[in-house]
Amino acid sequence: MEAAAGPGPGLGASPEEPEAPERRRKAHGMLKLYYGLPEAESAASGVPPDPRDPTDLNGAHFDPEVFLDKLRKECPLAQLMDSETDMVRQIRALDSDMQTLVYENYNKFICATDTIRKMKNDFRKMEDEMDRLAATMAVITDFSARISATLQDRHERITKLAGVHALLRKLQFLFELPSRLTKCVELGAYGQAVRYQGRARAVLQQYQHLPSFRAIQDDCQLITARLAQQLRQKFRDGGAGAPELAECVELLLALGEPAEELCDEFLAHARGRLEGKLGGLEAELGPSPPAPDVLEFTDRGGSGFVSGLCQVVASYQELFSAQGPAGVEKLVAFARELGGRYFALVERRLAQEQGSGDNSLLVRALDRFHRRLRAPGTMLPAAGLTEGATEIVERAARERLGQHLQGLCAAFSGCLTDVRQALAAPRLAGKEGPGLGELLASVSGAILGHIKASLAAVHLFTAKDVSFSNKAYFRGEFCSQGVREGLIVGFIRSMCQTASGFCDSPGEKGGATPPALLLLLSRLCLDYETSTISYILTLTDEQFLGQDHSPVTPVSTLCAEARETARRLLTHYVKVQGLVVSQMLRKSVETRDWLTTLEPRNVRAVMKRVVEDTTAIDVQVGLLYEEGVRKAQSSDSSKRTFSVYSSSRQQGRYAPSYTPSAPMDTNLLSNIQKLFSERIDVFSPVEFNKVSVLTGIIKISLKTLLECVRLRTFGRYGLQQVQVDCHFLQLYLWRFVADEELVHLLLDEVVASAALRCLDPVPMEPSVVEVICERG
Amino acid sequence: MEDDAPVIYGLEFQARALTPQAAETDAIRFLVGTQSLKYDNQIHIIDFDDENNIINKNVLLHQVGEIWHISASPADKGVLATCYNQISDSKVMTCAAVWRMPKELESGSHESPDDSSSTTQTLELLCHLDNTAHGNMACVTWEPMGDGKKIISLADNHLLLWDLQESSNQAVLSSSTSLEGKGQLKFTSGRWSPHHNCTQVATANDTTIRGWDTRNMSQIYCIENAHGQLVRDLDFNPNKQYYLASCGDDCKVKFWDTRNVGEPVKTLDEHSHWVWNVRYNHSHDQLILTGSSDSRVILSNMVSISSEPFGHLVDEDDLSDQEDHHQEEKSKEPLPDSVIATYEEHEDSVYAVEWSSADPWLFASLSYDGRLVINRVPRALKYHILL
Repeated sequence: MEAAAGPGPGLGASPEEPEAPERRRKAHGMLKLYYGLPEAESAASGVPPDPRDPTDLNGAHFDPEVFLDKLRKECPLAQLMDSETDMVRQIRALDSDMQTLVYENYNKFICATDTIRKMKNDFRKMEDEMDRLAATMAVITDFSARISATLQDRHERITKLAGVHALLRKLQFLFELPSRLTKCVELGAYGQAVRYQGRARAVLQQYQHLPSFRAIQDDCQLITARLAQQLRQKFRDGGAGAPELAECVELLLALGEPAEELCDEFLAHARGRLEGKLGGLEAELGPSPPAPDVLEFTDRGGSGFVSGLCQVVASYQELFSAQGPAGVEKLVAFARELGGRYFALVERRLAQEQGSGDNSLLVRALDRFHRRLRAPGTMLPAAGLTEGATEIVERAARERLGQHLQGLCAAFSGCLTDVRQALAAPRLAGKEGPGLGELLASVSGAILGHIKASLAAVHLFTAKDVSFSNKAYFRGEFCSQGVREGLIVGFIRSMCQTASGFCDSPGEKGGATPPALLLLLSRLCLDYETSTISYILTLTDEQFLGQDHSPVTPVSTLCAEARETARRLLTHYVKVQGLVVSQMLRKSVETRDWLTTLEPRNVRAVMKRVVEDTTAIDVQVGLLYEEGVRKAQSSDSSKRTFSVYSSSRQQGRYAPSYTPSAPMDTNLLSNIQKLFSERIDVFSPVEFNKVSVLTGIIKISLKTLLECVRLRTFGRYGLQQVQVDCHFLQLYLWRFVADEELVHLLLDEVVASAALRCLDPVPMEPSVVEVICERG
Repeated sequence: MEDDAPVIYGLEFQARALTPQAAETDAIRFLVGTQSLKYDNQIHIIDFDDENNIINKNVLLHQVGEIWHISASPADKGVLATCYNQISDSKVMTCAAVWRMPKELESGSHESPDDSSSTTQTLELLCHLDNTAHGNMACVTWEPMGDGKKIISLADNHLLLWDLQESSNQAVLSSSTSLEGKGQLKFTSGRWSPHHNCTQVATANDTTIRGWDTRNMSQIYCIENAHGQLVRDLDFNPNKQYYLASCGDDCKVKFWDTRNVGEPVKTLDEHSHWVWNVRYNHSHDQLILTGSSDSRVILSNMVSISSEPFGHLVDEDDLSDQEDHHQEEKSKEPLPDSVIATYEEHEDSVYAVEWSSADPWLFASLSYDGRLVINRVPRALKYHILL
């Protein structure tokens, strides 16, 4: 009630707001005040009312006197009046509130009083019943105690009897054990026997000091030993399959045989079996093999050896899992050794595979081989079987690449041999036969065909369905280093090398290589430079899109190599052909006696031969190389003809007038001429066109002629013969060269030199020379 | 270091024959023989004044015929041998003779430069090398470092060893051998080795190089197919006794070790036409001079096969100065084999190149149009070799 009255003045003090939240807050405030908690909320209301303020109507320390004093002192009259009325009104409201509360709570009191009264009655009844129950229970306890007392005796006896019974049964089992074991052993129920033995062992161990038990134990041990013996025998016989063997091992383990020994024996036994299989495989390899193909071989190896190995590994791991790392090590060593031997066999077989070119079979075989070895590989990663297998496959792939490269090179030299034959043949069989153009086409076609075939064959290694194709090697190095670099680039390089090899042939004198072959090879290399190399490499890159980004030879390098080779070959061709022609000229100059020769009536046969040969060369080169650019010049060669003779005639004119300065004049003309003409590089590099090639050959020939002429001494007719010959050459050679000026220059010099070397330099009339040449 | 410009001297006639005056070791002097069918041939004695860069010449008449080959005695400055063409009855015969030049010309008497006024002097014939039985003389070579009494001449397929009698007035054929084989074998060139007590001679015929022992005139070695085409010239390395250089119509210069003739030790392929002449420098055998009918003269530095592949080896006591030592180390690294210079002063085929016997850094080359060019080894290289 006090509590209800407590808030009363508070309620009254709170002005005109009797709403619940407000009231609750007030109550809170009171509680807080009571517990000395700081009024947190009041801080918000600006003037914090001091809880101990005696003027606070709702405060605990309210002092009416102080309050009144304060009011009286502070407030004017009107406010005093107001507060008086306010106070009165509040007091009234509090009174009415109190009344309502009293009425409400009164009913509740009445109700509570009724209930308490009822409860009092009920409890009294219950008490009576409880008393009765207690009495009955006491009676029951009494009876029970009496029954127990009577049965005590019998119960003890029964317990003892039961114990005796059990003991007797055990004893009986023990006594019967030997016979049972024997029987079991006889029947072959080794499992049963081992179980019996296991059960009895501990007991027998414990009571072995008793003679009778000792006997039983001895018997048992004897039988067990026999059993173990038999089991081992069975184990060793090895007739049984792996599961039975495993059972044997299990039993033996249960018999307490040393596990390590068993491991060894198990492995030894497994080795025996697997070695048998390996032996079978080896026999297939045989020294003289009617060997099955490689696919069959790996199949057999896979189903025989590898699956056997799998079984062994699996059962070993199952049986001897308790052996710890030492046991695993043994197994690993075992698997590694046998696996190694198997690999060796496979490699031997693969080595036999070298000759035959069927890649698909090999790839399938390798695939099988690799696939099969994955099972034992995953079971026993430490043995490195998968790695070994991958290595073998990689090696086989590498070898294959090598073989393909060899094959390509062989094909190339085969092509060359064919070309040689074709070049040699038509001369025997007349004009018919393939021309150089066709030969070139057939050679390049054949080589391209071979390259494509090789690429296709090698591509099998990277096929999606092949188990090893996703190995890093096959994805990267095989594609880029193996196929692109090793096979394709290697082949192109070796091709260039083989071709350049023809340039270095030691027998430079005629040359074992037919010039036409040089020409053809040069064109081939040039074609490679312009298109074929990039085509082949694009093809390769498309097919072998490797992830490997190791540096590869760029196309440009190869092209440069091919171009260099082509250039060397062509230059060599020019040298060889030039040598042939110049050798003819040289012989013709060296062997003739120019002092006593007769007046020229004809062009010498050798000059005609030179022109013929040059024409033949022109035709030959024309088959493979484009015409090339000529220096624009009038093709009227007669204009220049005149100057040759004018120069030599001038010499004739000067000759008789002997003055010390005369010889200078003799040379004057040719010297002035030389001054204005460029130096002639005789063995200059050749360009890839017909004109350049022919120019080169003619330059070499004419320079030789010049040097040879300078070494001889001529009579009058000798000089005239040279004149005729040179005019003839001029008539026919100008059309072959890029710059006819060159031919004129060289021939001029030949005639001039001959005139210098002439004892009686009287040149022939140009008209006569022309007539002779036309007649020839 | 600017190199001196080449000095050019023009002869009026065509010329092929050039030799340094071998016995002269102070003055730079070359002998050139001309080739003219119509006029009297001459031997020009070219004196080169190194300090003033001036050429002095003296002309000797050589009336017997055009000169194909000339060689000077290593012992007597005044004695030389020529091979010349003699034409009689529309027959050309190449003969050889030993001559003596007038005493006053021996050591380059510097007369008035306008020698046109002075009467041309004539050679004094010492003796003919009688070749009536042997054929055309291709070349004559003196015993190097000898007393000038022994000559070898090559005549067609014969190798003839002559002894010059007292005062060289008579040549006596002391021994001879001849090359037998299919076809017409002809020696083109020969060289007397300065090693082995001067008992070895190398000759070239066609593509083959042969070595001969002069004591019993037997063949010592034979390099078949030494060049793809004709072998034009040979020279012995003056400091390495088994090394031999050869050149030929295949535009190549090859270096041989005569103990192992299967393969050349080294091949140079710089010329674009026949190489007519190859010469080792007498003192620094890495310097190789070649002349070719592509009108070029090429000076090569073949350090790797020279007698001093690691540069000039200097004695310890020469290295007194720290600075010297420093320089020495720098030059120790050998230059690679390379072409040092290509001389293009000629406009016609160069048929002869020769080092001076007096100045190891100077050489002369002669082209067919009668142009003689005197050149020097580039200074940079010279100092590199010396220091």
